[in-house]
Amino acid sequence: MRCQGVVKRFGEGAGEVVALRGVDLDIRAGEFMMLVGPSGCGKTTLISVIAGILASDEGSCEVLGERYEAMRSSQKMDFRAKNIGFVFQQFNLLPSLSIAENVAIPMIINGHDRSRAMQAARAMLDEVGLGDRADSKPNLLSGGQQQRVAIARALVHEPKILLCDEPTSALDHTTGMKILDMMRSLSARHGTTLIVVTHDSRIFKYADRIAHMDDGRIDKLLSASEYMETTR
Amino acid sequence: MNAIALQMLFGDRGKYIAMIIGIGFASLIMTQQPSIFWGLLTRTYAFIGDVAAPDIWVMDPGVQFVEEHKPIRDTDLARVRGVPGVAWAAPMYKNLMIVKLPDGSTRSIDLTGLDDATLIGAPPQIVEGSLESLRQADGVLVDKESAFTRLRVSMPDGSTRPLAIGDVMEINDRRAVVVGYAKASRNFVLQPFIYTTYTRALTYAPQNRRQLTYVLVKAQQGVDIQALADRISSEVDLLALTSDQFKTVTFDYWMKNTGIPINFGISVTLGFIVGAAVAGQAFFNFIRENLKQYAALKAMGLRSGVLVRMVLLQSLVVGLTGYGLGVGMTALFGYLMRDTVLAFSMHPFILVFALAGVFLIVAAAALLSIRQVIKIDPAVVFRG
Repeated sequence: MRCQGVVKRFGEGAGEVVALRGVDLDIRAGEFMMLVGPSGCGKTTLISVIAGILASDEGSCEVLGERYEAMRSSQKMDFRAKNIGFVFQQFNLLPSLSIAENVAIPMIINGHDRSRAMQAARAMLDEVGLGDRADSKPNLLSGGQQQRVAIARALVHEPKILLCDEPTSALDHTTGMKILDMMRSLSARHGTTLIVVTHDSRIFKYADRIAHMDDGRIDKLLSASEYMETTR
Repeated sequence: MNAIALQMLFGDRGKYIAMIIGIGFASLIMTQQPSIFWGLLTRTYAFIGDVAAPDIWVMDPGVQFVEEHKPIRDTDLARVRGVPGVAWAAPMYKNLMIVKLPDGSTRSIDLTGLDDATLIGAPPQIVEGSLESLRQADGVLVDKESAFTRLRVSMPDGSTRPLAIGDVMEINDRRAVVVGYAKASRNFVLQPFIYTTYTRALTYAPQNRRQLTYVLVKAQQGVDIQALADRISSEVDLLALTSDQFKTVTFDYWMKNTGIPINFGISVTLGFIVGAAVAGQAFFNFIRENLKQYAALKAMGLRSGVLVRMVLLQSLVVGLTGYGLGVGMTALFGYLMRDTVLAFSMHPFILVFALAGVFLIVAAAALLSIRQVIKIDPAVVFRG
């Protein structure tokens, strides 16, 4: 994945806010990249651009060899559905669906029939250790369990990229560590590139590289160990 | 994704129930009130329907509805009989009069005089006694339901009893003996029906130069009824209407000259507005509260078109379920009110009208909601 000179502005005239000011970033296949930095520095905007949810105003992102600028809106949706998994801060599970049905959603969006999707969902729930809760409703699960469901949902269709937005912010420290362990081992097993937005310095050690952002720019791009060394 | 849309809908049980109650209420009002309205209007021509035998009714050109007594000359009967194509023609007297009950009280009644020879125009059902008993001296048939309600007789001890067979009444100071009970369709003006022979009816009637109310005509086999009615009109210089035309004339009179359509129209409109407000608001809120979930689905790559289909399916299910509930309640109401004084007739067009109304409500709610779903920025899911 390669971003070059990405600029993103919101609003117009005096109210204009520049969220990204020429971001350059290369991420290798299978890499675990963390985006860190203070609130409002542009981390979320950058992963929205990487996901094709937001269009950049200048510069471009090439993801898996494809440029969003060259795609129609429906092609972007299909690309995202097929190649990108999401883990949200607030889990965003559908409360009226069982957890297996929640996990099956990306498969259904990708056109698989329901029985095949449910089969894959149950297998993925086994991988995250929730196979025995497949028919429960999300509200019966703890925060950590819900995040494991969200991870299973993000990986069930075997995307090439997994985008995670503050995956540990709603969890206690121990659970957060377990979730990161799981994400790392699952992504390694599935060969998935991991991009995690976080404020949580306790999980920096899991990353291969860390990009620190400030005021819409990446001002540091270091290996995890180097980054932790410089910020100690 | 259809199954997921339905699970989202049914999963939020409180809102789902609120929505179908809203639509159900609107459907109830939009079917029940017009059914009562339609029932009332069909009563305006119930008498014409009860008198099934003739093809054509001949009357004074000024008649606007069936209960209106505008007499024609008795000789007109013979003139009608002389029109080519007429198989038979029978006289009928019909007028509102005053009856004095055995206890001395008086009531307004709708008196019908039937052709002495054939008794054509008789009520559809004689429930006690017989039609032939009208030939007894001073014999009259009384509508049974009226005999047990509006024509009850007061007793010396203060109690009341139904007007009984054998009771003697007075109509215009002349004796009338109840010889049986008939069952007639309820009419719009709700005066008790009393039947007797044509000749006897004339003895009860105030003396006028003209007495005959209607000439009932049967067309000869193979004769075009409309053409015959037109011929009678031109040759006899009276108004000749087929039964269906006379029903329409009567129906139109009550439609145009009473406030009934406006009153029922207001009820239906209010029901529609209240139902639309309740259901529309509930559906709108349901979508709004699920916006983040729709945004998550959108972020995961679900196309807006599929989301729109999900919302349309949800609104359609809410609409049809609520409609079924409302129509079911109206049907139950109609069943419970059958054979009572309440007019009720659930014509199929009322169901179509209510269905159109429900579709309007859910379409409006869905359109407002779809707008939100299309506009939702999937990036919102990254904003905590």
